Amino acid sequence: MTATAPPAGGRTGPPDERLLHTSSWRKLLGRPELGSVVGAVAVFLFFSVVADTFLRASSMSTVLYAASTIGIMAVPVALLMIGGEFDLSAGVLVTSSALVSSMFSYQMTANVWVGALVSLLVTLAIGAFNGVMLVRTGLPSFIITLGTFLMLTGVNLGLTKLISGTVSTKTIADMEGFPAAKNVFASFTVGGVDVRTTVLWWIGLVAVATWILLRTRFGNWIFAVGGGAGAARAVGVPVARTKVLLYTGVAFCAWISGQHLLFSFDVVQSGEGVGNELIYIIAAVIGGCLITGGYGSAIGSAVGAFIFGMTGKGIVYAEWDPDWFKFFLGAMLLLATLLNAWVRRRAEATA
Amino acid sequence: MARVRTGVRAIGAVLAVVLGASLAGCSATGGKRAEDARRAAEAQGRAAVDTPRWTFAMVTHSGDGDTFWDIVQNGARQAAAKDNIDFLYAHSDEAQQQSQLVQTYIDQKVDGLIVTLAKPEAMKDVVARATRAGIPVITVNSGSAESKAYGALTHIGQDETVAGEAVGDELDRRGRKKALCVLHEQGNVGHEQRCSGAAKTFGGDLRNLYVDGTNMPDVRASIEAKLQTDPSIDAVVTLGAPFADAAVQAKRTAGSGAEIDTFDLNAKVAAGLRAGDLGFAVDQQPYLQGYEAVDLLWLYRYNADVLGGGRPVLTGPQIITGKDAAELQEYTERGTR
Repeated sequence: MTATAPPAGGRTGPPDERLLHTSSWRKLLGRPELGSVVGAVAVFLFFSVVADTFLRASSMSTVLYAASTIGIMAVPVALLMIGGEFDLSAGVLVTSSALVSSMFSYQMTANVWVGALVSLLVTLAIGAFNGVMLVRTGLPSFIITLGTFLMLTGVNLGLTKLISGTVSTKTIADMEGFPAAKNVFASFTVGGVDVRTTVLWWIGLVAVATWILLRTRFGNWIFAVGGGAGAARAVGVPVARTKVLLYTGVAFCAWISGQHLLFSFDVVQSGEGVGNELIYIIAAVIGGCLITGGYGSAIGSAVGAFIFGMTGKGIVYAEWDPDWFKFFLGAMLLLATLLNAWVRRRAEATA
Repeated sequence: MARVRTGVRAIGAVLAVVLGASLAGCSATGGKRAEDARRAAEAQGRAAVDTPRWTFAMVTHSGDGDTFWDIVQNGARQAAAKDNIDFLYAHSDEAQQQSQLVQTYIDQKVDGLIVTLAKPEAMKDVVARATRAGIPVITVNSGSAESKAYGALTHIGQDETVAGEAVGDELDRRGRKKALCVLHEQGNVGHEQRCSGAAKTFGGDLRNLYVDGTNMPDVRASIEAKLQTDPSIDAVVTLGAPFADAAVQAKRTAGSGAEIDTFDLNAKVAAGLRAGDLGFAVDQQPYLQGYEAVDLLWLYRYNADVLGGGRPVLTGPQIITGKDAAELQEYTERGTR
C-alpha cells in the first residue's frame, strides 16, 4: 500500500473549511469501531433481505438479547485487550459465578441476595488472582488464564458434584429474594411487555467503559500499558495496578452474566461456558480491538457482539442449515478484521 | 518471485497426480456409487397427505456433529416428507443458546415445536411462551418428568433411569462383578441417571469415569489408564455409540478382559456386536423419537389427537445383542438405527 495524499480540493472556498472537513473525516476514519459499524450495517441489510421474519419487533428483541449476553462480557474483555492482555478463563468464570451464587444460597438456606453477594466476592477474587499472578510471575496472560480456565472447569464440576450430588445445581426459584433478583438480572414486566434486563446492563456497561476509556486518567493508563508496558512504566503509569483492575473488571461482568444465567434459568449446569471466552474475544476483535493491545473501543465490542447476535440468530430466521453456522462466523471474523485493518491503514495514510 | 512460481507449479503437479490416481483407482464395490444405487432403489419420500403445508421446528441440546441426533433428524425428516411438513432444525449444547433458538422459532410463528429438555429449568420459560403463543409443543428424548408440567402435549423418549436399571440387570445376567460407567459429557443429567440407574440394579461394584467426549483420543487414553490401573474391571459401559469403539481399542491396548457394552447404536456398534467385540447395546430408537414427534404434531394439528394418555411414550430401552445385530446392521449403515 502506498500512502496517497488526500486530493487537494478545488481553488474555490476558504481553505480553513477544507482543513476542518478533512480533520473530522480523518477523526472518523481513526475510530476503531468504524470498520465494524460498516460490517454491522452490511450484516443487518443482508438478513433483512434474506429472512422475512428478521425485521419483526419480536425477532429484533431476540437478536438484541442474544447480543447482550455476549456483549456484557465483550466490554471488559475489550478493555483488557486494549490493555494488552487476554483472559481465557472468562467463559467458565461466568458459570463459576452462577454456581457459587446458587449453591451458597441453597446450602445455607440464605436469601438469594446473600448468595449473589458471596458470589461477587469470590468472582472478583478469581479475577484479581489472574491479574496478580500475571504481574507477579511475568508469564504471558495466555498461559496464566489458560491455567485458571482449566482449574475452574474442573472446580465447577468437582465442587458441584461434591455439594449437590449431581452435575447441576438444585432449584432456588422458591427461595426468598428470587423474584426481585430475577427482575434485576433476568427480566421484568412493564405493562405486559417483557423487558430483558441484560440489554440495559449491556448499554450501561458500554457507556461506563467508553467514559473510562476516553475521559479518565485510568483510561489513558489502559491505552498506555497496552501500547507498551515498559514505556508506560517509565512515565509513571502504575502498570501492575492497571492490569489487576482490568482483570477484576472482567470478573465483575462475569458476575453479572453469571447472575443472569442463574436467575433466568434457575438451575445452572456445571459444564457450560467452555468456549465462550473465545466468542468474547472475537466480538472485541470484530469491534476493532487489536490482538497486540493499545487500540480498540468499548463501543466497538458492542457492535461486534451485535454482529455476532445478528449472524447467530439470522441464520435461524433465514432457515438455513445450522451446520454452517461456525463457518459463517469464521468467515465474518476474517472479513471484519480485514476491513478494520484496511480502514486503519487508510486512516494512517491520511494522518 | 521465481521461487514462488516453481512452488505453484509443484503444487499443480501434485494435484494433477492425485486427481489422475483417484480417477484411475476406482473401486468396483461400496463407496458413494453403491450408496446412490441403494438410495435410488428406495421409494422416493413423497407427501402421503394432502393437509396444508405446516412448518415444524425442532431444537435439541445436541453439540455439533452428533451421530445420535443425526438419526433423530433422519426420522423427523422422513415423517415431515410424508406429512407435507416444512421441517426446521437447530441445536446448541448451551442451555441459554438453546432457549434463544426456541425463541427465534416462536418469533417466526411456526406451527409446531419439538424440544428436548436436557436442562429443563432453562427451557421452562420459553416453552411456556410457546404454549401462550398457541404453538403446540412436544418434548423428545429428555425431560419426561417435566414435560407435562411445562405444558407440552406429550413426551417421547426413554426414561434414562429405567434404561440404566436395564443395563444393571443385564450386567448381572452376564455375571459381571466390577463395571465402569464412562460419562462423556460434563453436566448432562441424563447421563448421571443412566449410571446411577445401572448402579442401583447392578449387584457388583460400578464406578463412574468422566472423559471429554469431544476429544476421542483422550477418551481412549482415559479408559486405557483406568483399565491398566484396575485389571479387575470386567465390564465397561459407554453412554454413546461412538465411544464403544474407543473403549474396545483401549481394552486391547490395556490387555484387559473386560466386556464392552454401550448405550445407543451405530453401524460400528452393530458390526462390533456381530463380531463379538461388544457384549450388548441398549437402544432407545432415536429414529422413532424424531419420526413420532413430527407425526404426533401433525396428528394434533390435523385431528387434535394426543398419544400416551398424559404419560410419556417410551421408545426404549431395548437390549440388543449379537443375535439381533445382523438384521439391524443394514439399518445402522443407512443412518436410521
